[in-house]
Amino acid sequence: MIKIAQLSCGTDYSGVQSEIEKAAEAVGARMVYPDVDMERINSAVEKFGFNPVSPQLKLMIARAESLAEKRYDADAVFISSCFRCAEAALVRTELRKYIQNNTRLPVVTYSFTERTKAGQLLTRMEALVTIVERKELLARERQVGLTMGIDSGSSTTKAMVLRDNEIIGKAWTPTADVFSSAETAVSEALAQAGVKMSDIEAIGTTGYGRFTLGKKYNAKLVQEELTVNSKGAVWLADRQKGEATIIDIGGMDNKAITVRDGIPDNFTMGGICAGASGRFLELTAKRLKVEITELGALADKGDYRKVQMNSYCSIFGIQDLVTSLAAGHTIEDVASAACHSVAEQIYEQQLQEIDVRQPVIQVGGTSLISGLVTAVEHTLGQRPIVPPNSQYIGAAGAALLSSGFLEGH
Amino acid sequence: MKVLIVPPNSLILFDLVERFGHEPLSVMAALQEKIENREIESPPMNITVDDVKKGLKYAGIEVPSGIRGRLAVYGPLIEQAEAAVIMEDAPFMFGCVGCARTNEMMKLLIRKRKIPVIELDYPSNEDEAKAMVAKLKAFLEGLKK
Repeated sequence: MIKIAQLSCGTDYSGVQSEIEKAAEAVGARMVYPDVDMERINSAVEKFGFNPVSPQLKLMIARAESLAEKRYDADAVFISSCFRCAEAALVRTELRKYIQNNTRLPVVTYSFTERTKAGQLLTRMEALVTIVERKELLARERQVGLTMGIDSGSSTTKAMVLRDNEIIGKAWTPTADVFSSAETAVSEALAQAGVKMSDIEAIGTTGYGRFTLGKKYNAKLVQEELTVNSKGAVWLADRQKGEATIIDIGGMDNKAITVRDGIPDNFTMGGICAGASGRFLELTAKRLKVEITELGALADKGDYRKVQMNSYCSIFGIQDLVTSLAAGHTIEDVASAACHSVAEQIYEQQLQEIDVRQPVIQVGGTSLISGLVTAVEHTLGQRPIVPPNSQYIGAAGAALLSSGFLEGH
Repeated sequence: MKVLIVPPNSLILFDLVERFGHEPLSVMAALQEKIENREIESPPMNITVDDVKKGLKYAGIEVPSGIRGRLAVYGPLIEQAEAAVIMEDAPFMFGCVGCARTNEMMKLLIRKRKIPVIELDYPSNEDEAKAMVAKLKAFLEGLKK
């Protein structure tokens, strides 16, 4: 049983403690609460260097120290506090850095409201467990045999067939019904590969529909998209050794993952607001009456500085867009501003929660929008690597990792 | 009289209020009721989304959920209180609610009630402790039983 140490403030009084525990149990983990000697709390706070007024935050610091000094044993860390609490937000961020600097434990932070449910925490908890439990599997650098990966995402469903570390078939389709979308992508990928389903030795599923499709296809690997995508990204970018940061701006949520030798060691995941997601760019394209595939090139011709657009909400973002068009701005400038709005939010939200390591690899369907890649470059000061087939990271990662289950390999 | 103690889980203040003939209003009983109610399954405090919503009576939606959840428990105690004892700068060992912002809000809500309130400084030595108890005794004895 994986032990996830909880460092938190307000979970019990917000009524979300049971949701946190439910999410952990669902992925075979258990929340634990590092023991702290009352006498040590003040000295831990003093040593930490930030003295919060709230006693519960002092306790969080003391619990972190307990982990750092190995007085308490855990496999991963979950740091959480109330959304909108300034004092807790400061402590949360500094504690994450402290844990990362003083332990090798994977850590995830989360700010909750009373409406937080286990489902929202599931992927994060599952990723923590995967990082702890499946280090050996995640260390796999080569695909063997004939395997297939299916990535059932919120916007698109992708399938990829690999044979002995080579891509031999791939297909994608917009996600409607999870089953039929998967069937379409799978049959197209198989046809392209020139193989039958019965030839496939192992299947891996990831993305929102992973459990449903995992059952349907009797998958050997059913795994969350944080670890699978990071694996697929380093494989596609041929960056299996050393460090890297992966940015995956998805249809519904964004992920920023740091890896060391191909193994993810930290991650953050958005999902509170669609203003920083691919969905916002879809809405933008629709409003500009262009295909999403044309949005990137359009944005590259524009100048984002001419348009005011940086909304945390996709609805108000579109309102900015409408206002800008009404004021006579060109659709190129507006497209560029929309891409920059997303990139800025990734920088402000996700990239503040991890230590960005070079190179930065940008993946996911949105990495095909060149204007967004340019916007990320402007924001980070360095152009990210976009590997070939960057939209297939989930399917590639699932096919690669599922080959680890083949006998004799 | 019903006397609210702050911090609301201070056993020392509870004992002093009771000893001088009043009914202490503390968080222990309020939480005991929640913890023993088996119909709710949101351990350890059994605070639910509905409780946090009740907290909106005392603080707006933009206030962190943990504060609203706490105020949902403490608010009714403040409303019942006929007098209050507030201990300033008490260490957490003396009793605490974990959240400094909630503490401040509680004090404000108490002061707004215009009930008799005594605000004491946490003693740093034995002489101050004796003086504090004497002050509190005089306050409690001065209240109508």
